[in-house]
Amino acid sequence: MSRLPTLLAGLQLAAVSAAGGAEDGLKDLYFGEALYYAHQGEYFAALERLDTELAQHYGLDEPALDALHYHIGDAEFSVGDFELSYRMHHRAGRAIRAVLEGDVEESVRNEAAYRLARIHFQKGQLADALHALERIDGRLPDGIESDVEFLRANIYMATERSPDAVEVLRRLQGAEGLAGFADYNLGIALLQSDRQGEALQQLDRAGGIRAADEAALSIRDKSNLVLGTLLMESEEFDEARQALDRVRLEGPLSNRALLSSGWAAASAQDYDRAIVPWSILAERASTDAAVQEARLALPFAYSQLNVHGRAALLYGEALQSFDEEVERLAASIDSIRKGRFLEALIREEIRQDKDWVIRLRTLPETPETYYLMELLASHDFQTALQNYLDLEDLRVKLESWQSSFDAFEDMIGLRRAYYEPLLPDIDGQFRELDSRIRLRRQQHELLDDRLQDLLVAPRPEFLATTEERMLSEQIARIEGALRGAEGARAAELRERARRLRGVLTFTLRTEYHERLTVFDEHLRSLQQAIDLMTERYESFVRVRQAAVHSFEGYEVPIRRLRTRVRDSLATVGLLMARQGHALEVVAINELNARRERLDNYRDQARYALADSYDRATKARAEAERAAADAPEGAPGPQASAVDPQGERP
Amino acid sequence: MRSLDEQVQEIKADVLGIARDLTLLEERLLYPSNTQVAVFVDLAAGETFRLDAVQLQIDGELVAHYIYSFKELEALQNGGVQRVYTGNVATGSHEITVSVNGKLQSGREFSSSRSFSFSKGVEPKLLGLTLAADSGEAGIELGDW
Repeated sequence: MSRLPTLLAGLQLAAVSAAGGAEDGLKDLYFGEALYYAHQGEYFAALERLDTELAQHYGLDEPALDALHYHIGDAEFSVGDFELSYRMHHRAGRAIRAVLEGDVEESVRNEAAYRLARIHFQKGQLADALHALERIDGRLPDGIESDVEFLRANIYMATERSPDAVEVLRRLQGAEGLAGFADYNLGIALLQSDRQGEALQQLDRAGGIRAADEAALSIRDKSNLVLGTLLMESEEFDEARQALDRVRLEGPLSNRALLSSGWAAASAQDYDRAIVPWSILAERASTDAAVQEARLALPFAYSQLNVHGRAALLYGEALQSFDEEVERLAASIDSIRKGRFLEALIREEIRQDKDWVIRLRTLPETPETYYLMELLASHDFQTALQNYLDLEDLRVKLESWQSSFDAFEDMIGLRRAYYEPLLPDIDGQFRELDSRIRLRRQQHELLDDRLQDLLVAPRPEFLATTEERMLSEQIARIEGALRGAEGARAAELRERARRLRGVLTFTLRTEYHERLTVFDEHLRSLQQAIDLMTERYESFVRVRQAAVHSFEGYEVPIRRLRTRVRDSLATVGLLMARQGHALEVVAINELNARRERLDNYRDQARYALADSYDRATKARAEAERAAADAPEGAPGPQASAVDPQGERP
Repeated sequence: MRSLDEQVQEIKADVLGIARDLTLLEERLLYPSNTQVAVFVDLAAGETFRLDAVQLQIDGELVAHYIYSFKELEALQNGGVQRVYTGNVATGSHEITVSVNGKLQSGREFSSSRSFSFSKGVEPKLLGLTLAADSGEAGIELGDW
């Protein structure tokens, strides 16, 4: 019994848990957008959004001012989670490792170490996983202490350190969020530590836990199935049956439990009891291996009870169902070989449905998909199928991008055709305006300097009106003309000029402060006009730049992207062909193995059918002969029993 | 099989890189920062009402009408934020009108509408709409980011 994959299933509890955001709510809308896609299982879109956001964040001069700064730890963790969910195990962990190496708080570093350990564990790198856990030192964020210890126990179990795992798991009994999982894993760890008795007791406890959610119910079923199987191996058939009967009738493990429950009863020679679970099972979907076995086991039980007629009838029905099943398998294999299986898998209208696997297998025209559910039980098939579907998604994306380049180029061409003829004329007008604007700015600066000078050293004449300046010049001319003139008339005129100068000076000096205030007010309002002009100027420059940027500088990036898309499309096509072939091979091998098993069942059924007919006929003949010979009212003879192991399929 | 799996992972990384560069190129080409406006929708913490549709008008013109699937609604209820619209507007003042349809926990259907003013500068404008159904009534709040 290979237990590792079974017991490690519990770790799925701690699957993607993209954190909501900073303590007081979401600060970065694009991070929220990445979570929106992740919550829908669209990890490509989530990664693309978050990768872009992180790249832009780290490209900033001051990342601390960016909204993502508040979520940077969560964002790095989420990248790892998304990469794992998108089955990019190789890349998963890079971002988290960066957090671990960075200058972060103790609790953040410890959470990073835990998440990194989880990624290593899921990648099967057990030593690295343990090493990452050993880096945890000090305080852990609330709510993950149990998860850390549960992971540690799982690593111990996977590295054959089961006694250590037992110690850890004992401490986790009753831990919130691990109900059932810690119990079940403790049972398995005890079993691996060769403590069979304690293991059985623990699995019994795990199989009896109260559970409400589907995950806990499933692990409870698993505990009971494992317990029942172990008890059967120990030939404790009654106890085994009791454990197996606790498995839910509608759960995913119910078929195996019903089959084993029947065998537990049959092994105890209690064929009446064996008939009950096998009868239920025999009515279920015929593709399931347990159902097929039950169809052979049920008539066997009847034959052991000497009900040979019923046994013969049921062998006949089993034979017919095996024939039909073999026919269907042959058709499926044939269809897969013709490539129809891969075509069916990628049918878009089917994959829109969340239950697409179930829907696909019910389509009457697709025999190749009938066994999909059963094939999905194989890990190799699951991996191959997921890869194939992911590749198909990539192919669709790449093809859509390829066609969008033409649209981009058309758009750029139209913009160029519109702007290019306009720009020379606009640039000419702008140059003229630009020189006028520069002049006005210089004038404004000059006046501003003058105001500053006046505040330091008052110069009333600087605030003279035009009329006053003309008057002052006229007085100066008169004064100049009178210079050197003699006589009373000249003296009188000189005196009049002096009075006029005096009146002018008086006006300038007495009105100086008032004029300075007005000058200041005018300069302020001029500043507003200059600000508006500057704003318009800058706006024009931006619009002018935007016009050029709307068609310049795209040629090289588009050409490069076009090449990358083309190359990727070729690679995707190649990988799809290889992956598809691998998928077909796995599917055909699996279906062939099923056919071989059914062929074997058919042989057994044919032999058992003939034998049951013989016995039934013989019994009837003996009964008739006895009835004829015996006196009236005497009981008939009993048919002979056969060895159950000899007929067991 | 393992080697093939590794190759699949590599091509995924390559295509993600293309997607990232293409997104940046598209943004530059279609929504330059001086005209870009993006509207995001999220639900207030703990909200469980059923959001059916959101309709957006900017300056009286219908720019987005989104109908939610169950999966999308769940993603919003789990803290996801949806970018419902990205477009272009001129710098200056604008008005956005948001209409919401849905069903309250009481089973009553509701329809609510609110208008907000916003100012577009030279940098990209991000508007966050937070929807709630406090005291049985639908509430729409606009956050500036």
